[in-house]
Amino acid sequence: MSDNAVAVQETQEEVYVSKTQVTRWQYTKREMKKKWAGYVMVAPFFIMFMAFTVVPVAVSILLSFTNFNMLELPEICWFDNYIRLFLEDDLFLTAFQNTLIFAITTGPLSYILSFLLAWFINELSPRMRSIVTFVFYGPSISGSAYLVWKLIFQGDIYGLANGFLMKMGLISKPIVFLQNTTYIVPICIVVSIWTSLGTAFLSFIAGLQGVDRSLYEAGAVDGVKNRWQELWYITLPSMKSILMFGAVLSITGAFGFGGIVNALCGNPSTDYVAWTLQHHMADYLGARFEVGYASCISIVLFVLMFGANIMIRNALSKVGR
Amino acid sequence: MAKKLRTRKHAVVLNRSVGGDTAITIVLTIFGLFMFLPMYYLVITAFKPIGEMFLTPPNFYVIKPTFQNFIDLFASMTATWVPISRYAFNTIYISLGATFGCLIIGSMAAYAVSKVRFPGSRIVSQLITYSLMISSTVTGIAHFIIFVALGWLNTYTISIVPVWASTLGLYLMKNFIDSTVPDSMIEAARIEGCSEFRIYLTLVMPLVKPAWLTLMITVFQSVWNAGASGYVYSENLKTFSESINNIISASGTQGAGSAATVIMMSVPIIVFIISQSKIVETMGSSGMKD
Repeated sequence: MSDNAVAVQETQEEVYVSKTQVTRWQYTKREMKKKWAGYVMVAPFFIMFMAFTVVPVAVSILLSFTNFNMLELPEICWFDNYIRLFLEDDLFLTAFQNTLIFAITTGPLSYILSFLLAWFINELSPRMRSIVTFVFYGPSISGSAYLVWKLIFQGDIYGLANGFLMKMGLISKPIVFLQNTTYIVPICIVVSIWTSLGTAFLSFIAGLQGVDRSLYEAGAVDGVKNRWQELWYITLPSMKSILMFGAVLSITGAFGFGGIVNALCGNPSTDYVAWTLQHHMADYLGARFEVGYASCISIVLFVLMFGANIMIRNALSKVGR
Repeated sequence: MAKKLRTRKHAVVLNRSVGGDTAITIVLTIFGLFMFLPMYYLVITAFKPIGEMFLTPPNFYVIKPTFQNFIDLFASMTATWVPISRYAFNTIYISLGATFGCLIIGSMAAYAVSKVRFPGSRIVSQLITYSLMISSTVTGIAHFIIFVALGWLNTYTISIVPVWASTLGLYLMKNFIDSTVPDSMIEAARIEGCSEFRIYLTLVMPLVKPAWLTLMITVFQSVWNAGASGYVYSENLKTFSESINNIISASGTQGAGSAATVIMMSVPIIVFIISQSKIVETMGSSGMKD
């Protein structure tokens, strides 16, 4: 009991002191001392975060201004890498273009699809909802399950797509889909969409469940005519923060396109039609040991992703106006 | 919830047109089939006997289901010089190490940032948010250099420790604590003389079990689904999934490959089915404030 009394007294005294007599800096220092436990608790994460996120980004930025082959010391060359990248490296331009194409198609598509499907699912009965959620979410957690598309688009007559097209008489001999330059990009986009209803989708479902029901009733009284108006004026504004979270995840997914191409079409894909920045970087890093140049590519990717995040953030702030 | 909504629809409180409902059902069905059929095809391929693999067009059902593909798969797995039990041990060891490290580090940091509010905690929480935007592609190069410098190449450490820095689980847990644990409760515990560590362990952690589970599952899934990292080259340090992936890419037969993929995906899917409601509960507070 006496302990409690002292504690209460202490806190009261502190409030009194902090509000009136000390400068801001003294107050901060006092707070830091009082809440030392917070620093101890955050420290392990902070060290990890510094070592595996902040330092790597910084190192990549620094290395992008150097020539470095992992054996000799890095040699500073300022903007040579960037100049070479944009002016001399044709394959980089292809990769850049492809990355943008993939990101601009799969990013928004998977994002909008995640949201719309979550929204449609929202009015189903709870049991139905969990089954449908599972069907949509399944592919994204199934690791290498997308390899099934290799069976579907297999190049010989035993492939599913070829078999059916031939049976229907649309083609007379099998198409080698995964080596054919016309089909590689669309197929990779479709497969990527198939795997992309992931964490963002789940958080949309949860977010839609959390929207206050009374808002809908109020909206109906105030003259919301149909479900689209309801969506725009009530649902979207009340889950803006979740929309932002989903967008961040979708962007990361959309620019990290590469594994699917390797697994389905081989590396490199025919005529480099699906060659992305990630492939280009891996090539310079793993095959040529030009670490500085590879870092330079990773920085370009970093800037693209960050730019996309900022753009989305601005766009989302206009929702519901 | 949905039932209530439906009664409201009949009471014409919410405007729902029959046409709209039908359209939505159709769209859901189309996408449902698009998502489901490939999975279904994969599973039935795993059970097809060799004779049914080479039909034109392939059947969308199995006439004589067989476990032969799975048997073949295990035969080829036991034929490798590293026993399966070793791969299984590696997977369990790495998953547990990564998951528990992440859980302890992440939950402690989440509590501190969310409730201790030390000077600087807002900056840390901003950092967590921004770090979600940095993908592993960007940090990959420097990771390699750091791992070489630390001498971690080809050790268990490299599969475990870097996972501790992943922020998605931490972010979800922080938001969950923000929205479910009332400040007044923590304040009361402080006045009672509880230390921050005790509040964290005995008060907050039991309250945020769904968030734990979500964190554990996100970490476990990323560890389970992680492909060959390229940093580990000793066969006896590799995981079950890596060895299975090797078989998938090496095996010429569709059957064994499909069987391997089915085994690989069954684990995260079962985990998800069991924990779905808790995960969705956690995701409810995943919003990103400005």
